[in-house]
Amino acid sequence: MSEEQKREESRPAEPEAARREDAAEARTGGPADARVENAGEEKRDEPAAEGGRETVTAREASGGGSAGTEAGQPAQPQPDAASDQPASAAGAEAEGKAAPAGDGDGARAGDGADAGTGKSGGEAADAGKAAVDPEREAKIRAAQEARAARLAAKAAAGAAAGGAAAGKDAAAAEPKPPSPKQPWLDEAVELLKTEVHPEAVEEATINALSDDMPTIVVKAEHWPAAAKLLRDHEKLGCRYLRNVTGVDYETHMEVVYFVINMETKREYAIKIRTDREHPSVPSAVPVWPGADWPEREIYDLLGIEFPGHPNLRRILMPDDWVGHPLRKDYVPLDPEV
Amino acid sequence: MIRTEELLLNVGPQHPSTHGVLRIVVKLDGEVIKEATPVIGYLHRGTEKLAESLNYTQIIPYTDRMDYLSAMTNNYVLCYAVEKMMGIEVPERAQFLRLIVMELQRIASHLVWWGTYLLDLGALSPFLFAFKDREKIVDLFNELCGARLTYNYMRVGGVKWDAPPGWIDKVRDFIPYMEKQLQDYDRLVTGNEIFLNRVKGIGKYDAETAIAWGLSGVNLRCTGVKWDLRKDEPYCIYDRFEFDVPVGKNGDCYDRYLLRIEEIRQSLRILKQAVEQFPSSGETMGKVPRVIRPPEGETYVRIEAPRGELGCHIVSKGKAEPYRLKFRRPSFNNLQMLPKLLVGETMSNLIAILGGVDIVLGEVDC
Amino acid sequence: MTKWLEQPLSWENALFFTAMAVVFLLIVLLYVVYAILFERKVLGWMQWRHGPNRLGPWGMFQTVADVLKLLFKEDTIPRKADRALFIIAPALCYAPSFAVLAVIPYTRELYFADLNVAVVYYAALSAISTIAIVLGGWASNNKYSLLGGMRSGAQMISYEVPLVLSIVGTVMMTGSMNLRKIVEAQGDWFWQWNFLPQIIGFGVFLVAAVSELNRSPFDLPEAESELVAGYHTEYSGFRFAFFMLAEYVYMFAIAGLASVLFLGGWRPPAPFLDFIPGIVWMILKMAFVIFFLFWLRATMPRVRIDQLMGFAWKVLLPLAILNVFVTAVGLELFIKG
Repeated sequence: MSEEQKREESRPAEPEAARREDAAEARTGGPADARVENAGEEKRDEPAAEGGRETVTAREASGGGSAGTEAGQPAQPQPDAASDQPASAAGAEAEGKAAPAGDGDGARAGDGADAGTGKSGGEAADAGKAAVDPEREAKIRAAQEARAARLAAKAAAGAAAGGAAAGKDAAAAEPKPPSPKQPWLDEAVELLKTEVHPEAVEEATINALSDDMPTIVVKAEHWPAAAKLLRDHEKLGCRYLRNVTGVDYETHMEVVYFVINMETKREYAIKIRTDREHPSVPSAVPVWPGADWPEREIYDLLGIEFPGHPNLRRILMPDDWVGHPLRKDYVPLDPEV
Repeated sequence: MIRTEELLLNVGPQHPSTHGVLRIVVKLDGEVIKEATPVIGYLHRGTEKLAESLNYTQIIPYTDRMDYLSAMTNNYVLCYAVEKMMGIEVPERAQFLRLIVMELQRIASHLVWWGTYLLDLGALSPFLFAFKDREKIVDLFNELCGARLTYNYMRVGGVKWDAPPGWIDKVRDFIPYMEKQLQDYDRLVTGNEIFLNRVKGIGKYDAETAIAWGLSGVNLRCTGVKWDLRKDEPYCIYDRFEFDVPVGKNGDCYDRYLLRIEEIRQSLRILKQAVEQFPSSGETMGKVPRVIRPPEGETYVRIEAPRGELGCHIVSKGKAEPYRLKFRRPSFNNLQMLPKLLVGETMSNLIAILGGVDIVLGEVDC
Repeated sequence: MTKWLEQPLSWENALFFTAMAVVFLLIVLLYVVYAILFERKVLGWMQWRHGPNRLGPWGMFQTVADVLKLLFKEDTIPRKADRALFIIAPALCYAPSFAVLAVIPYTRELYFADLNVAVVYYAALSAISTIAIVLGGWASNNKYSLLGGMRSGAQMISYEVPLVLSIVGTVMMTGSMNLRKIVEAQGDWFWQWNFLPQIIGFGVFLVAAVSELNRSPFDLPEAESELVAGYHTEYSGFRFAFFMLAEYVYMFAIAGLASVLFLGGWRPPAPFLDFIPGIVWMILKMAFVIFFLFWLRATMPRVRIDQLMGFAWKVLLPLAILNVFVTAVGLELFIKG
């Protein structure tokens, strides 16, 4: 059993893509409970999947050619008869097992891939062994045909729903009714471009996950002027700085300032990006004195310098601490901690 | 040769009045403070770093321990942030339960503040009266979720435990009892000459300063700025209830004192309405996937905790653990103005001002 | 006692006096033990809790246990402290408090010394304790203690003045500073006692007395929440017990003084009640004053040091002087003229 499962997992190397496609399909037409069920299964297996997937792909790349080509193909391919046999046999088995509420092979395949990663050792090797069993081969072929049939049906349904889906997709592709905060965003970007510097704004988006918070990415060298503009311009007037967060994305670092105008409730999240080797963001303390301790905290825990800060010292860690604990690559000096 | 020197005095970290392990390095000239520098970090436990390797439900007990006197609001801010990112709807009964416990928690937190503030000022008895009343609230919580201080009560999508039968009636009975106690406390303390002398006109600042320094909660409202997140950025079901937001005038310690007492009254008012409208049946958990995995993106939510604006900024990469979780703690932001307030004051006023800011070190250090 | 004091001093008399002093010391120590217990009980009752109630019925043995604990503690002297002064301070604080008890008449016959300048004697001796407190604060080599000692010195000196001045009115009415004569000069009925005609003086005396005793609301020298423990921060064990002992014996002295000067001493409130011995009345009056001190401690917050000074010099002193003036005028117009 486990071998078959493993073989099934080795097949599609893009379970994510598969899952996303399936999810998209499911949204438009698939059975909801199947999605949830699959999602549940996938997610349960997800943590193992991460580490496993790499090993799977690596092993596939190095191992049997069949597995390799398998990996390369998208999740709903025409099963390649010869090379697929062992893997698809396994897949068929697994499918046979998990027959109810099929949402498409891709999902389950992705499932299988996820499920197996922990035990993904020696998959490619296993792929070779299973072909020997004739009974299993027969079962595999049958399942394969069933799968092919199901795929065809789905393709037909997809085509039918394709029009609707395409329509919905198109609708989803445009911004759904523009957010009421869009004018705020536009105005701020306009003012920043004209009054600070035409290149000051790198990006300007509406963050739908956060009540449509207008989010602007400002270049670090224009930040002091931009901050003054945000606070003093009568249309913006954001005098209240409520939070400063530092985030360590592994490629760069970011400092996010959340400001709001208490009278008009106009609010912005301003992000300033900086690189990791010498992270430095001009301090906002001259504009909002309330940035004092938050910036010190970011300096202490992430190592971002804030030129212009009146008192940039460590605040939470002891003064003689080495390193910046909140960084992703932080290694505690004391291994027992 | 006689010469005067400045005295360098360490207030804390072990000190009866610093409300936790806070150290203030004070340069004194006689009894007048020339410079005061708060030193924090004695209670830093790395909650934000730990959160990066735990899933959201596992982080909830950690939030309890941040502002440990007001744990329900901490629980709520995390659950609220995740629910907002995932678009989860919380059922009615759970919303009501959440609101009721948050308001009870506000009353308990303000009672602790009242008792300890007066203890700092030298009055020994109000501390015991406040804790006697807080016992009643804490017993209610004990019955509801099994814990007296660190509740771990809320979950993403609802609450963990439903109210046992009779619990709402106990809350209902508590309200008139507390109102009467508040009247007694007002008579005992608010008009007391010595007390007034200690807090009136002390630690004054104006609205401009408060907004520029990012203060929140009572520290902001005492200057006249009417900014309460329960009204200005409503969350939970606060917009269904009628209550006032008390606002001060002078920005001194006395106003902060009066505002907190009035906030207890307003909380009792909200509780009265909530208990009347409490749905008699309903779910306590919404539809939540088994593994909580917010979509990729970030969000910043904020609520009105008893100490000010408590915020939660989550950056998620679509996994079960947050990529970055940052708590905007009100005590941390409120405390940064302390050096400015203390210059020129005496030691006794240091205690009065520090008490008036109402900090909890678990929150300052996170 | 009178006849013993009037005889010439012989060895028997001396022995008798010493024995009486020792007995009295033991009675005072017994009083201290139960005063401490009752302070804690009364405070507890006022705060909706029982006081100590574990050791013995009603916690009767609590203070005994506390004293034993203090006796068994390690006698620490901070290394950089001034040893001689550190050791002398508690003893110096206690000795005058006991010496003052000699001049207070407990009944018509029970007194230890018949001084014609008893009031001045009291004021002079209680000032020595002030020196001892400042000494303790200095010798501890601790900034908190120093602050406490300085505060205490300032406070006690400031309040000596209104204390003594408030008594001047009584002295004027009696025509003598001899405490026995003051008691005898007060009338038989309680409304003829000195507290009514000298109501201002009584008020000033009580307030100044609370301050002299370093008790709440004037307990800045030992302000727990500000200075940790003020001048006795570094004292532990029996030395600390000495400071506490001195405080409670002073309470005894002030209670005795207040009863003698203003509340009619050993006189019953009405003549028909004189079958109850004078000592009982004296004890009752002293107990009332001491209870009043406990009551104040449970109720009032602490006054700030500069407000304290302002209060002494700007309020109490003028009131005391006013009292003297009014008494003089009254005496001139109503009694002599």
